[in-house]
Amino acid sequence: MLEIIDLQASIDNKVILNGINLKVNLGEVHAIMGPNGSGKSTLSNVIAGHDGYDIISGDICFAGESVLDLPPEKRAHLGLFLSFQYPVEIPGVTVSNFIRTALNEIRNAKGQEPLGAPEMLKSMREKMKILEMDKGFLSRSLNDGFSGGEKKRNEIFQMAMLEPKMAILDETDSGLDIDALRIVANGVNSLRSKDNTFVVITHYQRLLDYIVPDFVHVLFNGKIVKSGDKELAIELENRGYDWIKKEQQ
Amino acid sequence: MSDEDKIIDEVTSSDYKYGFSTNIDSDTLSPGLDEDVIKKISHKKKEPEWMTNWRLDAFKIWNEMDEPDWGNVNYEKPDFQKISYYSAVKKKKLDSLDEVDPELLKTFEKLGISIDEQKRLSGVAMDIVVDSVSVATTFKETLNEKGIIFCSMSDAIQNHPELVKKYIGTVIPKTDNYYAALNSAVFTDGSFCYIPKGVKCPMELSTYFRINEAGTGQFERTLLIADKESYVSYLEGCTAPQRDENQLHAAVVELIALDDAEIKYSTVQNWFPGDANGKGGVYNFVTKRGICENRAKISWTQVETGSAVTWKYPSCILKGDSSIGEFYSVALTNNFQQADTGTKMIHLGENTKSTIISKGISAGNSHNSYRGLVRMGPRAKNARNFSQCDSLLMGDRCGAHTFPYIEVKNPTAKMEHEATTSKIGEDQIFYCQQRGLNPEAAIALIVNGYCKDVLNQLPMEFAVEAQKLLAISLEGSVG
Repeated sequence: MLEIIDLQASIDNKVILNGINLKVNLGEVHAIMGPNGSGKSTLSNVIAGHDGYDIISGDICFAGESVLDLPPEKRAHLGLFLSFQYPVEIPGVTVSNFIRTALNEIRNAKGQEPLGAPEMLKSMREKMKILEMDKGFLSRSLNDGFSGGEKKRNEIFQMAMLEPKMAILDETDSGLDIDALRIVANGVNSLRSKDNTFVVITHYQRLLDYIVPDFVHVLFNGKIVKSGDKELAIELENRGYDWIKKEQQ
Repeated sequence: MSDEDKIIDEVTSSDYKYGFSTNIDSDTLSPGLDEDVIKKISHKKKEPEWMTNWRLDAFKIWNEMDEPDWGNVNYEKPDFQKISYYSAVKKKKLDSLDEVDPELLKTFEKLGISIDEQKRLSGVAMDIVVDSVSVATTFKETLNEKGIIFCSMSDAIQNHPELVKKYIGTVIPKTDNYYAALNSAVFTDGSFCYIPKGVKCPMELSTYFRINEAGTGQFERTLLIADKESYVSYLEGCTAPQRDENQLHAAVVELIALDDAEIKYSTVQNWFPGDANGKGGVYNFVTKRGICENRAKISWTQVETGSAVTWKYPSCILKGDSSIGEFYSVALTNNFQQADTGTKMIHLGENTKSTIISKGISAGNSHNSYRGLVRMGPRAKNARNFSQCDSLLMGDRCGAHTFPYIEVKNPTAKMEHEATTSKIGEDQIFYCQQRGLNPEAAIALIVNGYCKDVLNQLPMEFAVEAQKLLAISLEGSVG
């Protein structure tokens, strides 16, 4: 589904990603861990097509084609979703209006008819139930005055509605209490299938107790320096990142 | 060029979509302005002598005035001798749409304003002003039954001279300002509306204005009287064909809300704003003011997307006790447009209340100013005002300015003023793009959200049109 080949990227002439190689197949869940400043958020932004980075070399292939020249919305149309670490506020635009607009843009790009209001509402209600969200949520301004937990839950709600092929969860666990974490993880697990894939970016092993990954990668200084299975996450939790840093030196 | 700049560049290079003109034979006075011209206008309109004299008096006042220059706008001063002050569409006074020039109907169709559709679907009665003379007035019958008078100003002067004489110039006197004085001297037509005591007007009254003759100034005069305990919602929308030379538009709108009456006055203004290089465009120097008697309410809602230069302050004189004034405004400027707009809330009576919500959006090289006055007079016991002025900037070449004036002369009066300035963030656009919206759709969504508090004040069908206008004014590559 996603193949990243020797990707190097910089911002303001500072190299952040230094030769990333990653292959993610349908049905798999990958976790990317790493200390602060290792390039985790840069990686998710570059995959999503943020234009603030210069791609020095390498390639990103998604759904069988190189997406480096595609703007973010075209990548979204191909089925890529990014759950933001810091979701932005858009005052005056309701959650339901935003999701309806997004969903119909994606449907339109695929040559599908827009989804009617009753179907849309029905679908929204179902997904909200899974995420234990209040109905009043739909008529609130997008992320405006939301608590940290509400923002993250809203990201997962959007993901549930847009049904992407691949979702990157960028530190979705940060700012969540243990109950919210469980609810969000349940939401993700209920969407897992052999036809989609998840990349979970996190500092902590905690989230991975709930969303069990098939592969764990350690990102350090813009490179994947170690890969393994879920045991690697537990080892990191126990030993911290220092031994990785030492190994690299 | 960063991506954000590129988006803004595209967005700000949008062409004026309503730029076309209709070929209709016009009966036009040659350019120039003196007493003779005014007499001719008055004569052509078969006006009574008092009206002619009223105009001549205004002309004398105007001659002694200087053009104001305090606005935060720069423009080439109009040459008043180069303007033609009268342009009547021939074959006027039609009884049905069948008699309307097909060219004109086509124009309305292009604008998406099929009169038939409007009549059938939305129950809107329209007094259409093309150039200066009304060519079609609809729904008169229904309104007649309620005793509502809704007609052109010319008709009102002929058929209801007592009402016109009693109220014209009472809210905006001839001496009020330079452009109001000019309008009083040379106005050719406009709308007149009278809602009798206790009557709730059953439909939105709507007038579409349109400048249609090259080089023709437009001097509309609107007079709206809501008698005691009555209610009316009035819609005014403007689009103008594309022109090279600047066109002056100096209208006067007077609202009178007697005891316990309510007037809701909504405007969508989309005059030709000039091209991407700042060439051409309409000068929109309008004086709009209403007066509220006891417990009366006047609510102004405006969505201003057009004109090269906009200079207007729809205002409320809260004369009666417990009267209410409201002002909801969206002003969008793009390219080289300039807007200096806002309101005046003059609190004279006790327990008077006013609310001001102003949303400015600046893009391109434009400048957008909010100028507002809140005055609480010595008698305005317990008067209240709440003002919120927000500015949204797009790109780094535009400007947003706020000039709030506050005068409080009663110690029990309260006023609050909130202001914000923000920029459409690259992060907001990226977020929307990640969800599948292209940058233009993202900007339209963000801007509509930003203006929601004002758009919500508009009647439904008008709100839809206003949203479209905001999108048209901001979208570059669509269509």
